[in-house]
Amino acid sequence: MKIEERFADGELTLCLRGELDHHAAKLIAHELEGAVDKRLPSACVLDFGGVSFMDSSGIAVIIKARRRADELGASLRVVGVGRQPERVLTAAGLGRLVSIETASE
Amino acid sequence: MKETNSIRLEFQSRSINEGFARAAAAVFAAQLDPTLDELNDIKTAVSEAVTNCIVHAYPDSIGKILLRARSFPNNSIEIIVRDWGRGIPDVDRAREPMFTTGGDERSGMGFTIMESFMDSVKIRSAPERGTTVTMRRSISIRAARK
Ligand SMILES: Nc1ncnc2c1ncn2[C@@H]1O[C@H](COP(=O)(O)OP(=O)(O)O)[C@@H](O)[C@H]1O
Ligand SMILES: [Mg+2]
Repeated sequence: MKIEERFADGELTLCLRGELDHHAAKLIAHELEGAVDKRLPSACVLDFGGVSFMDSSGIAVIIKARRRADELGASLRVVGVGRQPERVLTAAGLGRLVSIETASE
Repeated sequence: MKETNSIRLEFQSRSINEGFARAAAAVFAAQLDPTLDELNDIKTAVSEAVTNCIVHAYPDSIGKILLRARSFPNNSIEIIVRDWGRGIPDVDRAREPMFTTGGDERSGMGFTIMESFMDSVKIRSAPERGTTVTMRRSISIRAARK
């Protein structure tokens, strides 16, 4: 799993690419936290456009990001969500916690 | 019912094997000509069950995980994921959405996802003996689709 980072006008976009399982989540945890702590954004975007697969480990990643964003008073959006990740997010009822935009929107 | 085909796969509880296990299960399930959604549902459920063995059954050691898959003439599949680790003291509690003993690295949604993606999920577990998760899913017959 690879992460690309973009920062402009207080908005931090983190583009995730690859399969987001427990193995990948362990590897990217530091990088994600580091990016947020460095930029202290007012808006945070997780771009899932490149996430070809995720399981509940990805849900933990999003919930953690939600918590961190709340601490910073920042907004959080998950965008570009493909079909398989969307089914997982829906099954977990995550739409109640975080704004989720599918890839087709 | 007599099985059409079956596989057995034994591997170590290393997180890198999560991708290997769900890919193997998906290739086996593909023999039943599933839709992409059906295939992904099975892949996701296997990923959850295998991750649980790695994270919860063997938290500070490397243990053995067994993945078995069987297909049946009625175009259904049975997947069994077994470990010989810690076990689950209270299975009903473990099934509850958001229940986790894994801290903030886990969401507690694994069993919820397995249950929503598979037709049935059976858990047999004994403390310090291990856990067996048996999941079934029927695959729609291609001709009957559209
Ligand atoms: N194979 C296993 N061995 C031991 N404990 C398990 C196993 N699978 C699940 N559990 C227990 O059940 C709980 C719920 O599992 P799950 O719904 O997958 O959520 P999560 O993995 O996010 O904690 C786990 O936190 C753990 O306590
Ligand atoms: Mg789990």
